[in-house]
Amino acid sequence: MSTALSTARARGRRVARLIQPTVAIALVVLLLGVPFWLVIVTASKNQAEALNPNLALPTHWQLFQNFGEVLDQGRMIPAFFGSLLVLVPSVAGVLILGSMAACVFGRRAGRGITIAYTLAISGIVLPPAVVMIVLLLKEIGLDGTPLGMIGVYMWMYLSTVIFFVTGFVRTIPRELEEAARVDGASPVKVFFWVILPLLGPTLATATILISLFIWNDVFYALFVVGGRLDMLPLNLYQVASAGLYLNNWQSIFAYIILMTLPLLIVFMVMQRKIISGITSGAVK
Amino acid sequence: MTTKMGLVRVATRANKAPGARRRRRQDHPATFLVPAVVVLVVFYFVPTILNFIYAFTDWSSFKSAINYVGAENFVDLFTNGTLLNDLRITLIFAVLVAVFQNLFGLCLALLLEKDTRINRAARVAFFVPVLMSALAVGYIFQAVLKPEGALNAILSFLSGQDVSIAWLGSTTWTIVVVALIQSWKWMGLSMLIFLAGLKTINEDVLEAARLDGANWWETFRRIRLPLLAPAVTFNVATALLGSMNGFDTVQASTKGGPGGTTELLNIFIFRTFGQGLFAQATTMSLALFLMVAALAFPVIRFLRKREEVL
Repeated sequence: MSTALSTARARGRRVARLIQPTVAIALVVLLLGVPFWLVIVTASKNQAEALNPNLALPTHWQLFQNFGEVLDQGRMIPAFFGSLLVLVPSVAGVLILGSMAACVFGRRAGRGITIAYTLAISGIVLPPAVVMIVLLLKEIGLDGTPLGMIGVYMWMYLSTVIFFVTGFVRTIPRELEEAARVDGASPVKVFFWVILPLLGPTLATATILISLFIWNDVFYALFVVGGRLDMLPLNLYQVASAGLYLNNWQSIFAYIILMTLPLLIVFMVMQRKIISGITSGAVK
Repeated sequence: MTTKMGLVRVATRANKAPGARRRRRQDHPATFLVPAVVVLVVFYFVPTILNFIYAFTDWSSFKSAINYVGAENFVDLFTNGTLLNDLRITLIFAVLVAVFQNLFGLCLALLLEKDTRINRAARVAFFVPVLMSALAVGYIFQAVLKPEGALNAILSFLSGQDVSIAWLGSTTWTIVVVALIQSWKWMGLSMLIFLAGLKTINEDVLEAARLDGANWWETFRRIRLPLLAPAVTFNVATALLGSMNGFDTVQASTKGGPGGTTELLNIFIFRTFGQGLFAQATTMSLALFLMVAALAFPVIRFLRKREEVL
């Protein structure tokens, strides 16, 4: 009796061991394979064939020809550098400004500091008043400029950086800073040479997530720079707005492939670091 | 070496002395706050305050003067139904995304939990949509879900008859479809966070439950799900608040259609802003601000409290 039961159970386990990988592969194929396949084959077709995007293979592959066309038509190279021009200063700025503020919030106490901290981190949940930001940028002459865009992105993630780094600063032993201070280092030196290096892992996670959001953002870019600066998602929006009218699905999908490739390469190279970085902050 | 140690000791003692407060102020001067405060004031506080003022004016691109009009904008948007309609759509969208994204994320995390080679590859694959531009995701699904698109082709092949459902053409169900698209994009992130949460659960507890005869479902329901509470809090809060600010996927897949049934607040704001109706855009922006403010804090408090109880 018991042997029959245990063999049945063993058989059940063996079946389960086969089911799990099958289900996993089937899900990847259905949920990811189908859309990505559609993107690749459509991006490789000529306009007539791409008119109605379907899963059929192109009669004649012209992926690279379409890449060439969309690189030119979507001004992708200036857009790549435009995105980079906004991304790098935004991320560097938000990390430095956020960490400096977090040092004060993490170390000093008092009612004023608490109120300032609450106001500063309220930006994590509250949405930006985007129309008013545009108005204000017009008033101070930063409307449509990279600097205006950098400012907007900096504030959008400043709250998040302040929140996470303040939590981390509180865990750094005070003695480390005080030793440096007694040795005659100025507070600025202490910040750059003692605190900032310790923040490394926290800031690395923040860099990954913030870069991802800024690189892919189109909503705020549409308001702040509109058509006045080439950025990757903005130009995709333009190519697609024209393309849907002209039924240029092959250009839209070729653009999407080219735009996603740099991120995909960075992700493949740094996969493990990125995944552990993202998950470490969320579950405590 | 000894002098350094001595200095540290002196420094620690100084900390406890009455002068410590002053010392702390010198060590962490308020000037460190200045750059961050400047950015926050210029891009956050001032625009948010202005939002409360300009929502009560007739500011538009059609005239140069800006006049105070009282609550007229609110009354207009309220009486023509746009305000409540868009608030309702945004809220439904956010709730649906929070549910779908976490449900899919949790199922994927449970399915791909073991560290086999296939599972590791599948996890990486499911993270690719997270990296992609949301705008791109919207365009891809617009093509997939066309009446003559890929999904209907697959369904036709499987069912043996011609299927031509306009997935993005229903005034009732398209909002659900768009929420599914948004969840498709973000489920990889939820999956990773749930996986990290599952890893933190003590193996001994699960072993004890197994010895007591608990099956997979009982172990999951009674032990693992409650212990996942922090991951659930994080995922639900970010999905809910993030999708109230949603724009890209919906703009790219339906542009708020059909018949305005998927018009999120941000799509309305973008559209009216483009038409030069700045006061309307601002009024909606204020409505979004108030709705998020009203919901964010109770939601976070509720989820935190659940964590404590469990």
